[in-house]
Amino acid sequence: MRESLRFYLGDELREIRDVDPTMTVLDWLRLSERRVGTKEGCAEGDCGACTVVVGRLDGDGVRYEAVNACIRFLPTLDGCRLLTIEHLKAPDGGLHPVQQAMVDSHGSQCGFCTPGFVMSLFALYLNEDRPDAQRIDDVLAGNLCRCTGYAPIVAAGRAMYDLGDRAADRFNDRAATAAALKALADDAILSVGRDGRRFLAPATVPQLAELLLAHPDATIVAGSTDVGLWVTKFQRVLSTVIHTGRIRDLRRIEDRGDALAIGAGATYSEAAPAIAALYPDFGELIRRIGAEQVRNMGTIGGNVANGSPIGDTPPALIAAGASVQLRRGEETRVLPLEDFFIAYGKQDRRPGEFVERILLPKPAPGARFRAYKITKRFDQDISAVCGAFRLTLDADGTVADIRIAFGGMAGTPKRAAGAEAALLGQPWTEETVLAGMAALKADFTPLSDWRASAGYRSEVAANLLMRLHVETTDPDAATRLVGDRRLAHA
Amino acid sequence: MPDATIPTIPALTPSDRIDGAVHDSRRHESAHKHVSGEAVYVDDIPEPAGLLHVYLGLSARARARVVSMDLDKVRAAPGVVAVLTAADVPGENDIGAVGLHDEPMFATTLVQHVGQPLFAVAAETRAQARRAATLAELVYEDLPAILSIAAARDGERKLVVAPMTLRIGDAAAALERAPHRVSGRLAVGGQEHFYLESQIAMAVPGEDEEVLVHVSTQHPSEVQHIVAHVLDVPDGAVTVEVRRMGGGFGGKETQANLFAACAALVAKKTGRAAKLRPDRDDDFQITGKRHDFEIDYTVGFDGDGRIDGVDMLFAARAGYAADLSGPVTDRALFHADNGYHYADARLESLPLKTNTVSNTAFRGFGGPQGVIAAERIIDEIAFALGKDPLEIRKRNFYGTTDRNVTPYHQTVENNILPELVAGLEGSCGYWERRAAIRAHNAGSRILRKGLALTPVKFGISFTATQFNQAGALVHVYTDGSVQVNHGGTEMGQGLYTKVAQVVAEEFQVDIAHVRPTATNTGKVPNTSATAASSGSDLNGKAAQNAARAIKERLVAFAANHWSVAPGEVVFQRNRVRVGEREMSFASLIRAAYMARVQLSATGFYKTPKIHWDRVAGRGTPFYYFAYGAACSEVTVDTLTGEYVVDRVDILHDCGRSLNPVIDKGQIEGGFVQGMGWLTTEELWWDAAGRLRTHAPSTYKIPACGDRPKIFNVHLLENAPNREDTIFRSKAVGEPPFMLGVSVLHALSDAVASVAGHRFCPRLDAPATPERVLATIGALRERARQAAPNQAGF
Repeated sequence: MRESLRFYLGDELREIRDVDPTMTVLDWLRLSERRVGTKEGCAEGDCGACTVVVGRLDGDGVRYEAVNACIRFLPTLDGCRLLTIEHLKAPDGGLHPVQQAMVDSHGSQCGFCTPGFVMSLFALYLNEDRPDAQRIDDVLAGNLCRCTGYAPIVAAGRAMYDLGDRAADRFNDRAATAAALKALADDAILSVGRDGRRFLAPATVPQLAELLLAHPDATIVAGSTDVGLWVTKFQRVLSTVIHTGRIRDLRRIEDRGDALAIGAGATYSEAAPAIAALYPDFGELIRRIGAEQVRNMGTIGGNVANGSPIGDTPPALIAAGASVQLRRGEETRVLPLEDFFIAYGKQDRRPGEFVERILLPKPAPGARFRAYKITKRFDQDISAVCGAFRLTLDADGTVADIRIAFGGMAGTPKRAAGAEAALLGQPWTEETVLAGMAALKADFTPLSDWRASAGYRSEVAANLLMRLHVETTDPDAATRLVGDRRLAHA
Repeated sequence: MPDATIPTIPALTPSDRIDGAVHDSRRHESAHKHVSGEAVYVDDIPEPAGLLHVYLGLSARARARVVSMDLDKVRAAPGVVAVLTAADVPGENDIGAVGLHDEPMFATTLVQHVGQPLFAVAAETRAQARRAATLAELVYEDLPAILSIAAARDGERKLVVAPMTLRIGDAAAALERAPHRVSGRLAVGGQEHFYLESQIAMAVPGEDEEVLVHVSTQHPSEVQHIVAHVLDVPDGAVTVEVRRMGGGFGGKETQANLFAACAALVAKKTGRAAKLRPDRDDDFQITGKRHDFEIDYTVGFDGDGRIDGVDMLFAARAGYAADLSGPVTDRALFHADNGYHYADARLESLPLKTNTVSNTAFRGFGGPQGVIAAERIIDEIAFALGKDPLEIRKRNFYGTTDRNVTPYHQTVENNILPELVAGLEGSCGYWERRAAIRAHNAGSRILRKGLALTPVKFGISFTATQFNQAGALVHVYTDGSVQVNHGGTEMGQGLYTKVAQVVAEEFQVDIAHVRPTATNTGKVPNTSATAASSGSDLNGKAAQNAARAIKERLVAFAANHWSVAPGEVVFQRNRVRVGEREMSFASLIRAAYMARVQLSATGFYKTPKIHWDRVAGRGTPFYYFAYGAACSEVTVDTLTGEYVVDRVDILHDCGRSLNPVIDKGQIEGGFVQGMGWLTTEELWWDAAGRLRTHAPSTYKIPACGDRPKIFNVHLLENAPNREDTIFRSKAVGEPPFMLGVSVLHALSDAVASVAGHRFCPRLDAPATPERVLATIGALRERARQAAPNQAGF
């Protein structure tokens, strides 16, 4: 048991014993440290004004990631290096190439969102050389600006590469940073807190299993992209928090031949490449979950365990036939993912049990997979409807296998049993699809809310089946407005 | 065409030209601080020792009698120092901006919207105050609530302020005799400002009655007045300072009053500094928004699409109190013509009282809702006659020598819209693209494209004539450095930069020598809000006058001291030539100081020519008009209603721009904000009157990827303002916002393709994917009814 939190603020080692378990990084910076360059815009991980960059060990190297300081708890920085807007200027006072590019491109007006944009671009600058236009948009999707209309900021994201030498950037001394962070890494359970409230961060899976047996009522926190809001918005007081972020084994993504085993602690960013390689459209779906900062914190396991009816990975995972592995102490069990979701807010997870990994089968030859996310706004928006489909046709064009799962249509992520039955064994024709659409409307009784009315949800869900049909039968039809439009014809 | 009355810019060699002259594309004066996190916003100011944090307790009901309010648990909560209600207000418990006494700071026996403040709690930390504020025990007796425009119209039609009617000619007779007539209703939603910096104020108590308030506001003088009014102290005891806002957009014109007054009240009651910053969700609940409107229209027109008569009723959701709903709904009428001549028109406003938050100023100030109505009737005519909407637009533009009188009886002088639109029409390839889109749509089953070119004509001046005045204060120090202060506030629009350029230009010193200082009611009093796009017009002129006053003294001194004619004293870059002699600017200043020349001056400006009689509906409310046009192309997914904006071309009139790159930023940013209003930004109240889109997770402003994929923005060249504005520039804050209307019309055009462009889609706003899909469904249904045998998906 280690009772002090250790991380680097820039080059400065910080060791903190007495800390509120759910104090946010943003509050710590602004209130305790009086580092006020990082701004609060929304306190819910949506506007990006609070963006900071966190460096963490990743194998033998360092991974730098833009994250939302407003919903990240300070103790989750254990073993990391935190960089804020105040770090960027050179010791001689000169602006960093990212900052200079923002000035030269007139990328700021009121300036309040600007530190967040600079930090998002800074992470990009450290990690990638001259990305394409889509990638710049993706990196900036989690930073809202109300003044500029974004064009000059995007221009800065291109121009910054002309103003500096990335390799020689003083923050890119990865070996030295890795060595410093390695010296902080240990296998002890971190335990810090205040007033009887604890933040526990095990370093191994067995430690996690044991801690959860001892604290079955603890709140399990991975990326805190949801739990963070319980604190900042609902002002909930969490007495025991168990954080999974230090457990390297829980982040592992293994190729098991017939399936991908995705550790529950793998973030969206970490898991996306392997998933996209198997299911390109699932990759495209992940590209539109939250935004870069959220994807750098949030985990696939958290998205599943959370059980939200509007989580985006469950429909895709269910359609792909994934299962979930749960663990309690030494016991593990595996169940089909759709069986994990019992009712709204209720999952098949017993006290002390946790999601250990997701088992995603590889696509069978000939199977076609599509995932469609419908929102008011393409980026950084929560789904009104999220539909995923896995279709296999016989040689004669009849439906040999079909799995359809939806989010946003019921109290849980749910399969469209009626529509599947209406399609199975039928010729994959427009007539069949129209019948399937009618059945699909009967499968669900969605709610009306601020994201969409029940009527829209029903109609769109059915229309997505039509989109699937067009994409699988008419290779020339244009069906995609955003993302990699080639996916429509994959 | 050259105009002898407008001075031309003297040609200078580069070394002669000062750094940061007017008309230069100069970076924002705070850019280097924005990018380094060093720009100080109110929440970043070092806090005085002992600072208290204030939070508000809010109504949970839309309309209810407050039977009892038990605050014992609030008082007993950890860290709480003070709990204040209406009973603790020494002055008047009212923060209303327009003197109607209808906006209590703290509700007492009646709550009128969800989120209305009832009390304030001050504690040692913000978290403690915020938690304590949730502990009040309220007993309500619910009363019937009016939650929408429709409910208000169906009910008693209570108004928050007297409506206005504009009349010209005889609309009824014109409609009667018109060969064609169409009636309809346009619904257009409101809009949350979503300034990135939420509302905030910090008050520091002073001696006697004094208090200093740091606040994020566009209207420091009004905050000063309201704070004094609430505290029952003279205005002169209150000093308000604003260095910068993290965005305003109209949302900090009157809406900062509450927060400043609460912070000041706590500060004076406790003797400790006090800060109030609501969480974003609460900011959404407490503060007013752009008014949503339902506009009933009837338009009569001839076979060529020429408008004969117009009748429109502008019903607006004002919310529970007046705030600025009077002038906002007035401005909707002022812009219900957009750029089109209505010979016979009757335009009436209906500012309806509802039990929702009191709506307020937002960039365009009702103008956009007027413009969108004008563009809807153009669309109606185009569909009725089977013509391209652009043809109808061009046919109805104001004339230059005739057909040039507005419904408010102002003559439109210097109408450049026909040439401007013709220029854009050519440069964006409108007709070629129109044909290409038609061909695309014929071959595309799911994705449909749409195209629209819409203009804007926007009247510049506050319609309340007295606000068209400004003051400035310029100091020159003995080392030659200059400070400029004025009544305008900086919210990102670059006002401080532009005014500094004006002062640098006047003294012919590099802009590095000119320091803009925080707006402060102790330096320049009785200022107007930085609003109505007027910031640089008014404050630029006032600062110029102050600089010129000092310059005149310097010229007189130098002429006398070195015995030359005044005409021989010439200010050159950072230097002054006095006859044969040449010296640095700083040397002249030192010499002038030694000779006891006053090196500080105030400047003042009031806009000439304007007057307005609201009751008669006649006058010249606007000094001039600013013009622009945008052409937008979109693609719509007809299966889901989703869409992307593929390309936008803009040509906009900034007169002779003071700073082209800053103006371009206003145009691009205004456009995207206007596009957001009409597309993804949806305010959604539940049946209990609770706003459920109360944070960026649920309220979707445009994100980076939503900006037009191709975005060509140009300032109209060689178009100096015909009026004698500051260096012949034109105001630019609001007009480009309305260019976003082109996106709504492009969407409408794409939607119309599903029924062969036979029916006007009447696409309402915001055109969320859901509304687009519903409109597609309705059009298909209409087409089916018109031709029942045509099947199809």
